Amino acid sequence: MNINGKVWTFGDDIDTDLIIPARYLNTSDPAELAQHCMEDADATFAGKISKNDIIVAGKNFGCGSSREHAPVAIKALGISCVVTKTFARIFYRNAFNIGLPIFECVAAVEKIQPGDRLEIDATSGLIKNLTQNESYQATPVPEFMQQIIAAGGLINYVAKKVREKSA
Amino acid sequence: MAMTITEKILAAHAGKESIVPGELITSKVDLVLGNDITAPLAIREFKKIGVAKVFDKERVTLIPDHFTPNKDIKSAEQAKLMREFAREQDLTHYYEVGRMGIEHCLLPEQGLVGPGQVIIGADSHTCTYGALGAFSTGVGSTDLAAAMALGETWFKVPESLKFVYHGQLPRWVGGKDLILYTIGKIGVDGALYQAMEFTGPVIEALSMDGRFTMCNMAIEAGAKNGIIAPDEKTRSYLDGRSKFPCTFYASDEAAEYIKGYEIDVSKMEPQVAFPHLPENTKPVSAATAIRIDQSVIGSCTNGRIEDLRLAAEIFKGQKVHRDVRTLIFPGTQQIYLQAMQEGLMEIFINAGVAVSTPTCGPCLGGHMGILAKGERAIATTNRNFVGRMGHPESEVYLSNPAVAAASAILGRIASPEEIMLK
Repeated sequence: MNINGKVWTFGDDIDTDLIIPARYLNTSDPAELAQHCMEDADATFAGKISKNDIIVAGKNFGCGSSREHAPVAIKALGISCVVTKTFARIFYRNAFNIGLPIFECVAAVEKIQPGDRLEIDATSGLIKNLTQNESYQATPVPEFMQQIIAAGGLINYVAKKVREKSA
Repeated sequence: MAMTITEKILAAHAGKESIVPGELITSKVDLVLGNDITAPLAIREFKKIGVAKVFDKERVTLIPDHFTPNKDIKSAEQAKLMREFAREQDLTHYYEVGRMGIEHCLLPEQGLVGPGQVIIGADSHTCTYGALGAFSTGVGSTDLAAAMALGETWFKVPESLKFVYHGQLPRWVGGKDLILYTIGKIGVDGALYQAMEFTGPVIEALSMDGRFTMCNMAIEAGAKNGIIAPDEKTRSYLDGRSKFPCTFYASDEAAEYIKGYEIDVSKMEPQVAFPHLPENTKPVSAATAIRIDQSVIGSCTNGRIEDLRLAAEIFKGQKVHRDVRTLIFPGTQQIYLQAMQEGLMEIFINAGVAVSTPTCGPCLGGHMGILAKGERAIATTNRNFVGRMGHPESEVYLSNPAVAAASAILGRIASPEEIMLK
C-alpha cells in the first residue's frame, strides 16, 4: 500500500491530551473526535487538513493517557499516517489495533519540512520525500504487527482466531 | 537462567520456563479493567468479535470513575452503556457510584489485584499495581476488548531498569517526591517500553501507599510497568483482602538490567513538577514565589488514607488562603469513611476545603474543578500537560499532598515546613 500526502509537523512529547483533550471524551464518535484533533496544540488544525495529509513529529508521540480516542481522532480526520522519532508504547499499540499506519524514523523527522509531500510504502517503510527528492528507511514493523495489519486490525485478527477455535 | 521479577511473572503467564527481553509472548491475564471513558469503545469492539460472553465474569472489572457522578448527558449515556453491559454479562466486580472509587485506589483495596498476577487495564495508570509485585500495564480499548474475549493478550517482554534508593527520607519527602525526582532525572521517555524496578532500603521502608504512588507514575517516564518486589508489608496489606491466588516473585541476583540508577535521598526536598511535563521537576524551595488559584489533593496518585492524613496534619488549625479554592478527593468510599472516623474531614471542612465523592474529576480536566484561562493549580495528580485541568492557557504544578496543603494555606507554592514552623 502506498501513502501519498502533505506534511504537518509537531515537536517532541506530543501527549494524548493535545491530540484529543479529555473534555471531548464524553463521546467515542470518530467524526466528532476528529473535529477537535490537536486542538490545544493548534486550534485551527482540524479545519486545515486535506485527506491523506501526514503528521510528522519528534520523540515520544502519544505519551500520557491510554485513550484510543487519540489515534481514532487522527484517523477520522483523514490523516493517512504518522511519522515520528519514537512513539509512546500505548499509542503505538492502539494505532496498530485500529489500523492507523505509523512509522518510526529519526532521519526522516530531522529532514522533513512542513508542507513537504511524502510517498510512503507502508509495507517496506520506505519514505520518499518528493519535495526534497530524498528517501529514508523507517524501522521495520515486527512480523506480528504486520499480521494484525494484514487482518485489518486487532479485532478482525481476534475474531478469526475465535472462529478457528470453534471450528 | 537468571530473570527479573517482571520476566518471571510474564514467563509464568506465557507457560514458559524462561523468557528474554524483546521476545513476543502470548500471556494469560488475571484481571482486566475499563472505565467510563475507555470501556464504551471496548464494548463496541468486543461485540464485533463474535463471542457472547467475557472470558470470566469474575475477572472483568468496570468502574465508572472519570466523568462520574455524570457531568452531562453524553457522559451519562456512556456510563449507561457500560452499566448495561455489566448487567448483561453479570460481572461480579462492577462498582456503581456510591460504592465505587478511583479505579487504581479501589482494585487494590478490594483485593482484586495481587503479587505475581498479570493485569491489563484500559487506563494508563494501571501500572499502579506493580506496587504489590504484579505485572500491570495500561492498554487501549481494543486491547481490552480482545482480552475480555480471550483472557489473554500479547506483550513484547520489556527490558528492565533498576532504581536503587539509599539513605534516610527527610521529613515531608515521600513516594511522590521519589518518583517525581526520578522522572526529572530520566525524562518523560526515560523508560520508554521498559520496566522500572524500584528497590533498595528506602523502598523497603516505604509504606504501601507510598509504593502505589511510585508505581502509578511509572507511565510518566514512558515505562511499560513499574514494579516493587513484594515483602512482609505487602503480605500484611493483602491479609483478608486477596480474592485471587498470589505468587511472591523476586528478581534473581544475576538478573540482567539494561541500566541501573543509584539515588541518595538523604538531602532530597519535596519535589514540584513545573508545567507542562512531569519531568520539569525542581525542589520546592525553587517554587515558592508562584501564586496559585487552586489546590487539588487526591487522584489515583495521591488519594489514599496516608495522603489525606498528611494533608490534615498541615491543615489542622489553619485556613485555606482567601484567594484559593481547595478540593480534596478521597480515592474510595472506604478511604472517605476512614478519613471521617479519624477526624480528618472535620479538619478539612474547618480549614475551608471542599471535599468530594471519589472521582477522577479535575485530574484530567473532566469536571469538578476546571481551571479558567490563565489560572494556576498545584495538584497531587500525575500530569501537568497543556490544558490538562482545563483551559489550554492554565497551568498545573505537581507535588505531594503536604506541599499542596501548605500551598493552599499560603496562596503560593510552599514547603510544609513554612506552616509547621510558623
